[in-house]
Amino acid sequence: MENIGALSILLAFCFAIYAVIGSVAGKVKKNAFLVVSAERAVYSVWILLSIASGLLIYSLIIGDFRLGYVAAHTDATMPAIYKFTAWWGGQEGSLLLWAWILSTYSAVVVFMNRRKFRDMMPWVTAVLMSTETFFLILISFVLSPFSVLIAGRGNIVEGMGRGLNPLLQYWTMVIHPPMLYLGYVGFTVPFAFAMGSLITKQPGESWIHTTRRWTIVTWLFQSTGILLGQGWAYAVLGWGGYWAWDPVENASLLPWITATAFLHSVMMQEKKGMMKVWNMVLISATFFLCIFGTFLTRSGVVSSVHAFAQSSIGTYFVTFLAIGLAATIYLILDRLPYLKSEARLESVVSRESSFMFNNLILLASCFAVLWGTLFPVISEAVTGEKISVDAPFFNRINIPIAFGLMLLTGIGPLIAWRRSSMESLRRAFLWPSVAGLALMAVLAVFGVYEHPYALVSFGLCMFVTTTVLSEFWKGASAIRAKSGTGLIPAAVELTHRNTRRYGGYMVHMGIVFMFIGYTGAAFNKDVTKEVAPGQSFEVGPYTIRAADVQATENDNYASQKLIAEISRGGKSLGTLEPEHRFYKSSQQPTSEVAIRRRLNEDLYINFAGPSSDNKRAVVQAYVFPLVSWIWIGFWVLAMGTLVCLIPSKIRLSYARTQVVGVAQKHATVEK
Amino acid sequence: MNTYVKFGAIVVAVIGVLAWLAVGGTNESKSYFKTISELKQMGDQAQVKRVRVDGFVQAGSIVRNGSEVSFVIHQDPNKRAQDNMTLKIVYRGIDPLPDTFKDDAQALADGKLGPDGVFQASKIQAKCASKYEAKPQLKKDSSQAGI
Repeated sequence: MENIGALSILLAFCFAIYAVIGSVAGKVKKNAFLVVSAERAVYSVWILLSIASGLLIYSLIIGDFRLGYVAAHTDATMPAIYKFTAWWGGQEGSLLLWAWILSTYSAVVVFMNRRKFRDMMPWVTAVLMSTETFFLILISFVLSPFSVLIAGRGNIVEGMGRGLNPLLQYWTMVIHPPMLYLGYVGFTVPFAFAMGSLITKQPGESWIHTTRRWTIVTWLFQSTGILLGQGWAYAVLGWGGYWAWDPVENASLLPWITATAFLHSVMMQEKKGMMKVWNMVLISATFFLCIFGTFLTRSGVVSSVHAFAQSSIGTYFVTFLAIGLAATIYLILDRLPYLKSEARLESVVSRESSFMFNNLILLASCFAVLWGTLFPVISEAVTGEKISVDAPFFNRINIPIAFGLMLLTGIGPLIAWRRSSMESLRRAFLWPSVAGLALMAVLAVFGVYEHPYALVSFGLCMFVTTTVLSEFWKGASAIRAKSGTGLIPAAVELTHRNTRRYGGYMVHMGIVFMFIGYTGAAFNKDVTKEVAPGQSFEVGPYTIRAADVQATENDNYASQKLIAEISRGGKSLGTLEPEHRFYKSSQQPTSEVAIRRRLNEDLYINFAGPSSDNKRAVVQAYVFPLVSWIWIGFWVLAMGTLVCLIPSKIRLSYARTQVVGVAQKHATVEK
Repeated sequence: MNTYVKFGAIVVAVIGVLAWLAVGGTNESKSYFKTISELKQMGDQAQVKRVRVDGFVQAGSIVRNGSEVSFVIHQDPNKRAQDNMTLKIVYRGIDPLPDTFKDDAQALADGKLGPDGVFQASKIQAKCASKYEAKPQLKKDSSQAGI
């Protein structure tokens, strides 16, 4: 069985190489049959990797402990769903997942474009399959998921398996890695199209139009993966933290930042023909940061609580990155004449300028996070000492950057292209500024003045909310005046007419809500107490009474459950029942916290176990104000992104002057 | 003033402020990675600078006393019994210890060396020992389930 799996991977590797060579040779020699056969090879790669993945999943589920991977990541007592998710629980399996997702994306891209972009597609195929080849080299020759355990001389000894770390046995962890992979891997596609358009000296817009939806969907997957990680950390790790600026967390954030910058600066290229070189740089940076991110996670080059097993895999990644970067940089520099800008910056007070500042601070944030993450490596290279920086470094830089971004989020949509007059600025921003400052004044009076950052954050959130609402109001009122429908149907119609714009506003509102959630952390409260059964203590406005401790046991774990009665101001609010578990096969203790989630605040109780004299319970209780707004914000962001993907009722056309370059035969008008 | 000059000036100002914040943040939070042997060679410096030390928790050394936890780590996983490069660590923080923190786990302690030679940790990170594989290795006895 495992031989078929290993053979499938090896064959996939051969077909992937053929796809690269066939595409390039077919394009250069103008042999259409070679090109088509290369595209068909892409489908073969997908079929072969699906077989390999299926075999691995099968081995995981039936518990074939002869395989090293199965033994290391499952055990006989695990629920079946976690046996399935062990596919991506370890190094080899997750590389196979990556390769399979890339082959799926590639097959879809090739199929959807089988009659389009005939001049660009061979290069797109070549780039996709080159990346695929790299990952297949890893799982064919270096880290095979199908390697068999050997003990003694040729005897295969079966074990019961080591199981999945119980910290990872959660539904959020079931989908967090696949979501991130769908994001990471997905950015290969717009990059491949960008390279294809560079190589074929296209003027620039076709690849952006084609890949706009891909990039947005990929960005949504990446956002989902990151937020799932935060939600998991919050609910599982026991102290209500959701982000630690850990290197692996940062690795997922870096391409997200450049992709966000890209999604915005791309609008500049569509509407004004500006930033063409910059967009090439951004999409390349996003792709290479994805590869770099997976390198960081897997190579152990920076120590992290998340890291997989250490291995020599790092050298392969560095080689791939070096070759890829060199080729991309050469290509961009060589094609510079075809990427000339069609317009100039006319005023600092303009939408172009606000997009540029948006890009500037997003990239500054990306650079700072990258710098902080790699600081131990850099400092060791420069000074010989390995120095790391921690959360204060990242927060110090990113909080002001976040404020700047919030401000631009409010300003950007309302400021005019080319240049804005003082009068238009006053009209657009008077009420939002007043609203923001008024909220800050009110909150300050209520005691928030002790937290100046929180004050500024809430003020900016109000500013942005007012601008978004005013946009919806203006548009919906106009539609209502003409057609007589109610305000809500008018707003729906408004959104449908221009889904990109109004979907984008929804995404911005999602970010505002997330900001509100993050700002709430300034007001967190926590209390740690050892309580005997029947005793009470207080945290914030709540009284917690430790009523009872119950012990249970099953095959997977032994557990002690604390029954905590909650009340506020004398009124009972029910019970919360946190558990302290001990997982048998991995000998690992975990805490299952109990959370009472409300819009204004969460009450969070962690049962840390019995006290050292075994007579009392150690209980940690926290109040986390506004934290649920993070998750609400994510849902709004996701819905807004989906709205963006719906085709608009009205297709806007921009008449623009097109730079006619050497390779162009005619100027095209934007559709 | 030319538009591009104005724009450039703002860009420089923004980057300048961020760089200043970065330097401040680095100084505020930097800590040095040291092995146990390097830490013992640091002398007085170890009590002044913030240091991160990692090692393997000696089996049976974890003692919990209320909110205080003390344990011993040693440097080399292959010489557990005879290893004389050990370090006693005391942690009194409010954050709960990671669930992966137990005997033989790989632990990373962030803090300063006290004058009595005991390391005062302000933060503890731990990695589950069974996930640590130095390189793909032949299993000696794979029936030993769940280390």
